[in-house]
Amino acid sequence: MTPLLSVQGITKFYGQHIGCKDVAFDLYPGEVMGIVGESGSGKSTLLNCMAGHLTPDAGAVVFDTRTDGPRDTVTMSEPERRMLSRTDWAFVHQHARDGLRMGVSAGGNVGERLMAVGDRHYGDIRAKATDWLGRVEIDANRVDDRPTTFSGGMQQRLQIARNLVTGPRLVFMDEPTGGLDVSVQARLLDLLRGLVRDMGLSAIIVTHDLAVVRLLADRLMVMKDGHVVEAGLTDQVLDDPQHAYSQLLVSSVLQV
Amino acid sequence: MSDYNFAYLDEQTKRMIRRAILKGLAIPGYQVPFASREMPMPYGWGTGGVQVSAAVMTPDDRFKVIDQGADDTTNAVSIRTFFERTAGVATTTKTSQASVIQTRHRIPEEPLSEGQILVYQVPIPEPLRFLEPRESETRKMHSLEEYGLMHVKLYEDISRHGHIATSYAYPVKVEGRYVMDPSPIPKFDNPKLGDMAAIQLFGAGREQRIYALPPYTQVVSLDFEDHPFEASKPDHPCAMCGAENSYLDEVITNDAGGRMFVCSDTDFCEARQAAGHTGTMNGKDAA
Amino acid sequence: MIELRNVSKTFTLHNQSSAVIEVINDVSLSVAAGECVALTGASGAGKSTLMRMIYGNYLTQAGQILIDGVDLVQAEPRDVITLRRETLGYVSQFLRVVPRVPTLDVVAEPLRAVGVSATNARARAEELLAKLNIPKRLWSLSPTTFSGGEQQRVNIARGFAHPYPAMLLDEPTASLDAANREVVLSLIEDAKARGAAIIGIFHDEAARVRVCDREIDVSQYTPGIAA
Repeated sequence: MTPLLSVQGITKFYGQHIGCKDVAFDLYPGEVMGIVGESGSGKSTLLNCMAGHLTPDAGAVVFDTRTDGPRDTVTMSEPERRMLSRTDWAFVHQHARDGLRMGVSAGGNVGERLMAVGDRHYGDIRAKATDWLGRVEIDANRVDDRPTTFSGGMQQRLQIARNLVTGPRLVFMDEPTGGLDVSVQARLLDLLRGLVRDMGLSAIIVTHDLAVVRLLADRLMVMKDGHVVEAGLTDQVLDDPQHAYSQLLVSSVLQV
Repeated sequence: MSDYNFAYLDEQTKRMIRRAILKGLAIPGYQVPFASREMPMPYGWGTGGVQVSAAVMTPDDRFKVIDQGADDTTNAVSIRTFFERTAGVATTTKTSQASVIQTRHRIPEEPLSEGQILVYQVPIPEPLRFLEPRESETRKMHSLEEYGLMHVKLYEDISRHGHIATSYAYPVKVEGRYVMDPSPIPKFDNPKLGDMAAIQLFGAGREQRIYALPPYTQVVSLDFEDHPFEASKPDHPCAMCGAENSYLDEVITNDAGGRMFVCSDTDFCEARQAAGHTGTMNGKDAA
Repeated sequence: MIELRNVSKTFTLHNQSSAVIEVINDVSLSVAAGECVALTGASGAGKSTLMRMIYGNYLTQAGQILIDGVDLVQAEPRDVITLRRETLGYVSQFLRVVPRVPTLDVVAEPLRAVGVSATNARARAEELLAKLNIPKRLWSLSPTTFSGGEQQRVNIARGFAHPYPAMLLDEPTASLDAANREVVLSLIEDAKARGAAIIGIFHDEAARVRVCDREIDVSQYTPGIAA
């Protein structure tokens, strides 16, 4: 079986400072990988290197494309990479405003990716957008409202709908539940879990919330100072951490 | 007159602008940056158009300026006078007799012919600016042909108004490649952009961009399959000349709700009246 | 079906002066299809630890743990995930679910994960919940608010939804009344009858005697207890 994403020796320096170093792993279709670590551990740097937002200093991010099989997205041309990020990839930002067009209606936000890949039938686009609002539990009669009128949780769900409407195969998530209150988080986690299962999505979730990875991720990587210090099954890493830092991380959290 | 170089700008500047124009003609619809000069008029009064006109003008040219179709409004008169004084070129109000026509917000009704140049004044050359404020990003979107955003604007129109309500500066795609802002001409004029015999040049002074359509370029207005583009105009004949197919301005005639519709292209309207066409207002009320 | 060969485990507590604790030393055992084996020993003998090792929840330092021929100790995470989804079930003492998810969906999820349609998975979940006497009015609610006994029964329903060929049961009859205990024991007997290999921890001696074919005293493998 070919991995959907094969990350090989990803290294990124900020001057003398290590962003992340020699990170490697394979992600298979349907798998959800969590990346945890404290602020500055390099988890966001790694995510941005994988998603093509940053160019790593070394390493390869090989994605199994629909048309040409495994391709290194780091050396791929920019138009191809941007095309990937509109079709097979999705990126859910921590702050919904970074991932939404706040001046555009909910329907327009969801429809943008469809129009970007060539959909030119207003009725179809609108129907798909409305369908997706339903899937993320936003009332269909909000389709023409701007996200500025939505609550934080709704904005985050809208961002997810906007990302998933083109049926991506890999979703990058940067602290998807950060900044939301606990009850809203739970609802979002449930939603994400259902979507991941029903669409057969693979996902990479960066978070510092161990409860989030416990519920969403099959596998877990623990990062510290730019290095992966431990990786394995999520419940194994959380319940039987091997590395000193992982043990500290797990024991520092109240009730995961 | 002798105090100025021909057509106000110095020759080096004109060469720089001509290079931008030639590049624009070579890549139809592509916005070419140029070093826009300070002109003796405020931004928004046609500084881009004036620089382009100055760069293409020769002493043999016959120059016409229209502002929203009219030859006799302040802006048109002052630019026409500007070139009379700085270039000493002949001027005209007759569309067919002009070799260079500078326009603000209209395309003349009368079809242009080969050898003529139409110069547009452009306030905001970037059609994607409405939704994407970053210039670095819009340039990348053009270079990668990522134009989904343009349809988002039209989608928003339909979702809010039930139809595409954008009625001027309606975006077009040039030769299947670049999406272009045709300047704030009414969308009624959009069909004239394509396959035109004359050269069309667009100058944005404040934004420092020049772009162009060489003769007989394919220009398609963006739309949806189920909401096709429509070149609309007020559903009236001209009150002065009775023309059925020209773009009309609405004129308020009194404070009791009286109004009339007249051709926005004054030269076109006058020519028709001279040829004996009359509308409802003409003839019965000379005042 | 389940086979352990010379399995050992230590905990290294890096944040407590790097104390190294040996918890399981050199266990070998095997459980055949249709067999139920009880782990016994005093509290702290390592019954739960051993069981968690067999599930891959705790990392094993030495030896092999073969489930249906797959060595859990060496397997890639995705192989362990597949194994857990299809082959190896685990009923823990604690219910851990996403808040807000209805009980019915919690129970149906293992079936959905192996590709059973939503309708069929829910039908099976309803059957199990009814059998375990969870009142129908609770099915649409999240089990996070249920009483301990109710949560335990939801956990059991979830564990028995998919017919795993190998199952690990951690105190399945704890905190249950007689009627429900009887239901659980019959579920275990049914699982044995269809050929499941089961390892269980039962403090309930009568239950142990009734469903288990053998007992293994874990104390013999725990160096800490001997020392």
